[in-house]
Amino acid sequence: MGKLFDKLYEDIRVREGLKACMNCGVCTAICPAAEFYDYDPRQIISAVQMRDDETIEALLRSETIWYCGQCMSCRPRCPRGNTPGYIIQGLRTLSQRMGYFVESARGRQQLALKRTIGENIMKSGYCLVPRNISPDLHPEQGTVWRWVFDNDKDIYARFTPSYGREGAGALRRCSEATMQELHRIFEVSGGKEFFDDIERYSEQKAREMGYNGADENYMMDVFTQNTLAEE
Amino acid sequence: MRRTKWEEYQKDIADDKYYYARSCIRQNFFPGSEKAFLDILRNDLGKDIFDDPLHTSCTGIGYHSDIVPFETIMTVVARQFALMHEAGYENFTSSCITSFGIYTEILNTWEEFPETEERTRENLFKATGRELVKPKSLAHTSDVIFHLRKEIAERMKRPLVNALTGEPLRVVEHIGCHYAKIFPKSGIGGSEFPYVLAGMIESWGGEVVDYPERRHCCGFGFRNYLVQANRGYSVANSQKKLESMAPYRPDFIVCNCPGCSMFLDKWQYTIAEMEGTTYGAHGHGIPVLTYEEMAGLVLGYDPWELGMQMHAVDVEPLLEKMGVEYDPSTKYLGPKGKYIGKPAAAAVNCSAGVTLYDIKK
Repeated sequence: MGKLFDKLYEDIRVREGLKACMNCGVCTAICPAAEFYDYDPRQIISAVQMRDDETIEALLRSETIWYCGQCMSCRPRCPRGNTPGYIIQGLRTLSQRMGYFVESARGRQQLALKRTIGENIMKSGYCLVPRNISPDLHPEQGTVWRWVFDNDKDIYARFTPSYGREGAGALRRCSEATMQELHRIFEVSGGKEFFDDIERYSEQKAREMGYNGADENYMMDVFTQNTLAEE
Repeated sequence: MRRTKWEEYQKDIADDKYYYARSCIRQNFFPGSEKAFLDILRNDLGKDIFDDPLHTSCTGIGYHSDIVPFETIMTVVARQFALMHEAGYENFTSSCITSFGIYTEILNTWEEFPETEERTRENLFKATGRELVKPKSLAHTSDVIFHLRKEIAERMKRPLVNALTGEPLRVVEHIGCHYAKIFPKSGIGGSEFPYVLAGMIESWGGEVVDYPERRHCCGFGFRNYLVQANRGYSVANSQKKLESMAPYRPDFIVCNCPGCSMFLDKWQYTIAEMEGTTYGAHGHGIPVLTYEEMAGLVLGYDPWELGMQMHAVDVEPLLEKMGVEYDPSTKYLGPKGKYIGKPAAAAVNCSAGVTLYDIKK
């Protein structure tokens, strides 16, 4: 058993999700990502269960592990009780802990996720808030969202007494004390360190790629550039 | 087969005294649905449900985007459970499907790997001084409405029936993947024959439409939507479902997941703008409802008080089919009756060529 496999297997989700895959391919047949990308969860499970460190390191540096949408459709269908989605979660976590995620275009997108969803959580206590869903970055949200965005206070007031303010109701502001508890949870449980690692590895990679660090230019490039044709 | 199969998957759903956890996506895009859920439970059915101002996001979107570690989300979830206990409740109900999947996964993990519960308990105490007390029951809010569907039917003002023909409305139900695909035993009807929405539709006079891609994901795919470069995945999967259901001519779609409700609605806007394709009758999109909106209409609520003006696909064709008496002039009003303007027109509502965006850019 290799060292990388050992690290991967420390993840409860990998232990739960990896039994003995017989390569039937049901997971690939049901997988929405496999229909859209050149992606085959069957091959990933097959590779991981070989417990070969070289193969696992190649996966951790690859585009492949970033295609899954974590719908978990694979989980109830596997006749042997494997969960490819859980293995993917384990691989992605390890790829970020080891700093390998910056070696793939899809992996580098983790910085964009940390800077959007991650920072929303740390600033507001929510994964998303209306003021951060800019119609310019979200044209697919359409004309109605543009109207909501431009008139947010008036529209939300119809449904919640506490939009952006403390008190019960939708989109209330989390109190200072609540936010302090949330920040402490991230510090104590490793969430803050994980965010810091994403920033640190991205900073190094950005400089290596000729950016002036993981600045706004780098962030917007990883957020917007579709590299599918090159992958 | 369907009729007997779903009954194999039953779970205990509390009758009263719920602790309510809000959803990041639902409160953003469907705040009227969260209000309706509380109003229906409290005002129509006389239930006790606590809307706690202290809880936060479960951080589930961050978790499934792989930026929030499992240890961290377990501790955040432990804090929600501690708050429930401190408020004097033991029946936890979550508005978000992904949160529900996460709560289920974490409770199962703690049971199977007790050392993870112990470590979470320590983390929670160290970070907040709070004590983890697990809930007696866990339900998604759609489970609660399913559980109370007959009480709602007794108070029904508008059945899911075409007011002109007297025929049942044809309804596509879409179950969020994280409702039962992670732990089939946690969902009414399991993952293959989910009955949670079908049970509501049948109890309120509608007819459930079966179609080939009924169990396919809406296409959220977390990082596949959240990162702009990857959104093709998301729209392609919604498109696959819409293409599959369209020949069955549903009158509307109903979802129990806030993300699915939003994507199946907003991607119809996008597809109409990009390709000129619409999937409903007369060149119109198919209206997409949350189950709270469906229950609210059945109980006689005003559609604009339910927040249905926030949908990309206009709901008026459905309201007219149901014989709902609505006032078009109150659709775009803010508080105190102030008119706040209205959204620009869109192809999905049969208004080609006058949109704000050239989405192809």
